[in-house]
Amino acid sequence: MANKKIYLDYAATTPVDPRVVKAMEPYFTEKFGNTASLHSFGVEAKEVLEKSRKVIADTIKAKASEIIFTGSATESNNLALKGVAFANPDKKHIIVSSVEHDCILTSASWLESRGYKLTLLKVDEYGMVKQKDVEQAITKDTLLVSVMHANNEIGTIQPITEIGKICKEKNVLFHTDAAQSFGKLPIDVNRMNIDLLTASAHKMYGPKGAAMLYVRTGVKIKPILHGGGHENGLRSSTVNVPAIVGFAKAAEICAAEYKKENERLIKLRDKLIKGALNKIPDVKLNGHPKLRLPNNINLRFKYIEGEAIIILLDAEGIAASTGSACSSPKLQASHVLLACGIPVGEAHGSLRISLGRWTTEKDVEVVLDKLPKVVKKLREISPFK
Amino acid sequence: MYTKKTLSNFTNPKNYGKLKNPDGVGKVGNVVCGDVMWLYIKVEDSKISDIGFETFGCVAAIATSSQITELAKGKTLKYAMDIKKDDIVKSLGGLPPVKIHCSILAVDALAEAIYDYLKKQKQPISADLEKKHERIKQEKEIIECKYKDWTDNQTRVTSNQ
Repeated sequence: MANKKIYLDYAATTPVDPRVVKAMEPYFTEKFGNTASLHSFGVEAKEVLEKSRKVIADTIKAKASEIIFTGSATESNNLALKGVAFANPDKKHIIVSSVEHDCILTSASWLESRGYKLTLLKVDEYGMVKQKDVEQAITKDTLLVSVMHANNEIGTIQPITEIGKICKEKNVLFHTDAAQSFGKLPIDVNRMNIDLLTASAHKMYGPKGAAMLYVRTGVKIKPILHGGGHENGLRSSTVNVPAIVGFAKAAEICAAEYKKENERLIKLRDKLIKGALNKIPDVKLNGHPKLRLPNNINLRFKYIEGEAIIILLDAEGIAASTGSACSSPKLQASHVLLACGIPVGEAHGSLRISLGRWTTEKDVEVVLDKLPKVVKKLREISPFK
Repeated sequence: MYTKKTLSNFTNPKNYGKLKNPDGVGKVGNVVCGDVMWLYIKVEDSKISDIGFETFGCVAAIATSSQITELAKGKTLKYAMDIKKDDIVKSLGGLPPVKIHCSILAVDALAEAIYDYLKKQKQPISADLEKKHERIKQEKEIIECKYKDWTDNQTRVTSNQ
């Protein structure tokens, strides 16, 4: 049996880096002040908040005043879509890709239910949006285009520089959900013509409960949370200082280490993909073979179902994830895989393995040993083989 | 999410695999939903002397398949036909609400296998079983129909506006 548990679900959430934990610690006990307080405790909290804001802004070449801290990527994405819509009532058309995270898709369809026109951009077999489609979809009434930087399920990296350029030319706002790429891929909001960007701490070795929305100076946006006027009036709520300090520390570490780390992860990723394709019959790679996140592997196995693979792998001490939402009501295979044109039956048999800072070559070898056995066992049970 | 009993049934399923020359076969489910169950029975003296299953599906689908074969093996056809979804759920110590349909699938697969056996043997089929068979057939058609609507929706998504 497995003696050590192997965590390969870093795309779901990451452990907090011990260096981040250390940076956060004083802000729970000694430096616990409320950033809105006038006394020295408050001043101390406000100072570290602004310092953290500057650190995070620097990593994407933004100004500190353009960063709004929120509680989650979901909140940032809601604020981006709804906040921009509320502030710009003269335009009523929104464009998003069909492979966005549910929080973008459901925010967009909520706006649709409130009278907005919504265009869902198709993707190719790798889950990639075509810039030509963005260009064609934009009309005089278009307010915002939202296309994620990298896909959470299949890791495909979207051509956001090209999309940003088109949006700028057409005078349309461009939002990108960078929850999976922030800290992993280089981002320059100016060079990429990004007007709004979502990032989250818990996907890059920071704590849960801290995220941000970058909003370019001049972009009109209204809050969705009203209250004491924190974050320049755009996100009322007592500021979660320890989590934000952790977010900044995590961003600092990623900025310093990501290049080397990506080289390491790409080697491991490609070893795992190649090994799985060689060792297991009837398996295919989901997502783009090259233009994908350095830590993402997504495979689909014919004749078997994803949840069953996950639970058998878990019994072997390997924690991974599925693209297929078998636990949700019937007829709901992953919308991302279906948008790529993958047949429903095959989409159900998908497995996402996401690597991270503590993944070793040994871990990859264990997966390459256990995974073929798990697949074989389930296929023995399956009527299709 | 799953009980220990469900997980152990799943990781060590009983009676899986095709039977040679089965007396009855029940095929239920749909690959679109992610659950397909094929159930085979051998019958001697109106008793299920051997039983086997093949399942494409999630943990609950495989666990309930295994469980119904355990509950039905060696039993009379009459007894087997009386196994309810709740009997399976109870014997597994419960199932998550979204997975209850897997236990229905298992009951249906067994009913279909018995129906197939009786039909082949030209034995009388009770009104209840006939009704069940009709419902299962109809549900298959409904799902296929639903699936068609759903693919049409997908076309809307991919056709840009």
